[in-house]
Amino acid sequence: MNAFLRNLSSTHQVAALFLIVFGVLALVSIATLGVGLRERRNAAHGEAWLREFADFRALLRTTWFMAVVFWIGWALGPGVATLLFAFIAFFALREFITLSPTRRGDHRSLILAFFVVLPVQFLLVGTARFDLFTVFIPVYVFLAIPVVSALANDPSQFLERNAKLQWGIMVCVYGLSHVPALLLLSFPDYEGKSAFLVFFLVFVVQTCMVVQHLIARRFAYLPADEADVVRRGLLGRWLAREPFAPHVSRSFNWVSWGLGMAIASVVGAAMSFITPFKFGQALAMALIACVAGSMGHLVMKALKRDRGIPSWGQKGVGVTGANGLLDRVDALCFAAPVFFHSVRWYFGV
Amino acid sequence: MFAAKLLGWMLLGVVRLLTGAQARWWGCPPKAEQRIYFANHQSHLDLVMIWAALPEELRSITRPIAARDYWANTPMKRWITTEVFNAIYVERGGTPAPAEDGAPPPDPMTPLQPLVDALTSGDSIIIFPEGTRGHTGEPQKFKSGLFTLAQMFPDVVLVPAWIDNVQRVMPKGEVVPVPILCSVTFGAPIVLASGEERRAFLDRARDAVIALRHV
Repeated sequence: MNAFLRNLSSTHQVAALFLIVFGVLALVSIATLGVGLRERRNAAHGEAWLREFADFRALLRTTWFMAVVFWIGWALGPGVATLLFAFIAFFALREFITLSPTRRGDHRSLILAFFVVLPVQFLLVGTARFDLFTVFIPVYVFLAIPVVSALANDPSQFLERNAKLQWGIMVCVYGLSHVPALLLLSFPDYEGKSAFLVFFLVFVVQTCMVVQHLIARRFAYLPADEADVVRRGLLGRWLAREPFAPHVSRSFNWVSWGLGMAIASVVGAAMSFITPFKFGQALAMALIACVAGSMGHLVMKALKRDRGIPSWGQKGVGVTGANGLLDRVDALCFAAPVFFHSVRWYFGV
Repeated sequence: MFAAKLLGWMLLGVVRLLTGAQARWWGCPPKAEQRIYFANHQSHLDLVMIWAALPEELRSITRPIAARDYWANTPMKRWITTEVFNAIYVERGGTPAPAEDGAPPPDPMTPLQPLVDALTSGDSIIIFPEGTRGHTGEPQKFKSGLFTLAQMFPDVVLVPAWIDNVQRVMPKGEVVPVPILCSVTFGAPIVLASGEERRAFLDRARDAVIALRHV
């Protein structure tokens, strides 16, 4: 089987990967549909189970959406993939700006951010100008944004407003632009297979987030309760830790974090055959991406708490389809630049 | 006709891309009955927002009002406003507010006449009873046009609406809009009680709009 896959051309290998992903997704969806139908005929589960089931279906829909997006991106080439991520960055920045209050004086800076910085950054990625695209935002835009704001003649909360805008650009535009940039890295003997690298990054980061989320959900910390402790058993007691920073995240603790890291890194290492890395290298790269991603997710949670909202979607109502996008991509925003630069530095490509 | 339809689709696409144009039917469902939507007014784009937020079926039977001095000052804008938005032109300022001493206003019917015609022919309308755009965030006092219309058409449902965030998309004096998510929240209909005073009713209507801000 393995030898057969190795002998395929790189295009066929990527196609096979997508076939496997879609196959697994289809099986899971059919199973979910079956369970849902049975549940509708004779309800056997409580409300909590139904809520969890609805959550799972939402997760499945997101996964389908992401998989299809990646497939389109791969099928139509790196140019289209870059454009796709440019749109994701646009929607993510839109959500970020919506929930950080801006004043009239910020209008020109916002125009600059959305209609100049974002397209230029992704254009630089698309044309593989790596030297410029890594410094364009931290060096040039860093100065340009406050200059435009200062010219608007409104000094009130100047630093705060500019810091928010800079942050939004850094996270949503700079961070996400590193994902399509992976497509253009050229490893020796790895031509035409960069899509695997993007898949590797996204899959590993998502695995780590999902594992952490599941552990936190399944073993939510409750203050000592005798009956509960007995029922949960040893493992449950060990996993149900007190949240480390409860004001920021009620689910984050070092044990579940460590487990997420470990599982995702092993998954990453197991996928080493689709990457240009060796087993150990893949393990290390996955670990780096996961640490950056999960810590970034925690930082974004702190930002959300500061704004007093549970998620970036507007008031919990999703009609436009773009709502809560930032919740889904924030880990990637932080993981992608770190991963990209680690890979470039270590492998010298 | 075809050009107008095409431009309508394009505009809808741009508005959704920039603002999401989300409709939140909080107090009433979208329904094809004759309605007067009254909303807060903070930007010229309010008209476009509420037009984009309505579902396709309601959009064709609902006519927004547009200030003539802004929306009719170039041939292009006039064409868009009449062909795409199917808007009703009114003179800025709406009905002059009645004097405090109770003296009757000069002639309240002249500026309202186009709205009366639209309502008589069975269309729903969208009005901004503040008359002009506010810039403090807090809606100004409502002008009396809404009261007059409510008296003349007791069967038309009065739906309050809060348009959120639009002033950030395009503040007064700017020409390029920026992408910021906006929403239109539609509240529970209000009715004019028999014998209700003009000012009391208008304040109640204004409160109904403001109440939607935080739902």
